[in-house]
Amino acid sequence: MNAANIDATVATLWRVESPRVLARLARVVGDLDTAEELAQDTFVTAIEKWRQDGVPDNPAAWLHTTARYLAVDRIRRRDTQRSKVRLAAATSPQGVEHDLAELVDGDLADDLLGLIFMAAHPILSPDARSALTLKLVCGLDTEAVARAFLVPGPTIAQRVVRAANIRFELPGPAERPARLAAMREVIYLVFNEGYSATSGDSWMRTDLCAEALRLGRMLASLTPHDTESLGLLALIELQASRLKARTGPDGEPVLLMDQDRTRWDHLLIRRGLAGLERIDQLGGTAGPYALQAAIAPCHARACQRSLCMMWRPTSP
Amino acid sequence: MRYMVMHYQTQDAEDWIRPSPETRAAIEEYMREAAMSGVLLSGEGVFPSSAGARVEVTDGKVRVIDGPFAEAKELIGGFAILDVDSLDEAVEHARKFALLVGTERVDVRRVVEAEDLR
Repeated sequence: MNAANIDATVATLWRVESPRVLARLARVVGDLDTAEELAQDTFVTAIEKWRQDGVPDNPAAWLHTTARYLAVDRIRRRDTQRSKVRLAAATSPQGVEHDLAELVDGDLADDLLGLIFMAAHPILSPDARSALTLKLVCGLDTEAVARAFLVPGPTIAQRVVRAANIRFELPGPAERPARLAAMREVIYLVFNEGYSATSGDSWMRTDLCAEALRLGRMLASLTPHDTESLGLLALIELQASRLKARTGPDGEPVLLMDQDRTRWDHLLIRRGLAGLERIDQLGGTAGPYALQAAIAPCHARACQRSLCMMWRPTSP
Repeated sequence: MRYMVMHYQTQDAEDWIRPSPETRAAIEEYMREAAMSGVLLSGEGVFPSSAGARVEVTDGKVRVIDGPFAEAKELIGGFAILDVDSLDEAVEHARKFALLVGTERVDVRRVVEAEDLR
């Protein structure tokens, strides 16, 4: 494989693996800035090593092992520094012993949740949260994020600059609902940015919907008993199912009742309806997303001149 | 874009030999991680070919044959549909699954969507 192919493979792997790599690094080293630095180092090392030795059979595993090594190394050096400072300040001479293996290996679900909470941190503006989410959780580079929001690259860089000091922490039970709500808001905003686009390259905009859908699926799988997360996903899958039918041949908008139903995405409809069933099983609709999701199929069915689905209100 | 990732049978699977507990645990963990990645749209596994059948058409004549069929590695073992941005991405997902499940072959094919037909 030549250098260009290796670079392309590493770029693809960044997209696929970097959120996971970054999430774990952030948990282990504690702050986003260091985590991002070590993640970059991991992938740069990959390019260097693989140009010599070729791409390994399991590149993902190689990346995770290397990231782990870099994290452990950074912590050891940090501790050594701290120990030296303590000795110099004539305080306790004992170093801190970590069980590093225990520290480094953790649950991927918790790591990803932590990453999501960092990206949607309350200290950031809504614009910054969206940009940071696309960057960290979706693995998009700054240019791709900039193209997605139709702004110049430096604007995105500016938006995320405050994020550097954010620390990895899983919010306690009191703050968790609000923090999850903030992430859902990011996902829905990104989806709507793509769904309601009236300007810009339409190809870019459906990409935004796709990212939002993936984020929605990720969040739903991380919080599988949260009816609002499930509701959000069901809602955007049902809305996205009509994306291809919403514009006519000249790009003009087509109303729901006039849409060509063969252009509706039936896989997404099935998934959306399955999501609604799961919400029902969990106790029904209580929050705004779950409610909107429950109504979504009715809009479509009400427009059918034949059968009309009875919308069954669920218990509050 | 959607890609269908089809993995082919191992001889063990064809012989109804269940994977070891470790492999099963690893596969479960992989499916959990795949769900977390947000790209998994659907997927199914299939039983060994002895539970299935084959329709062969030669010169318009139809022959129905009951499984099992020889050549485990020519037989599909299951599929997943992934929502990714490129063939390369689908391949990286397929690669991980292939190594995990111990199959010799995973095919990655792009799914035809409505607008591709226009």
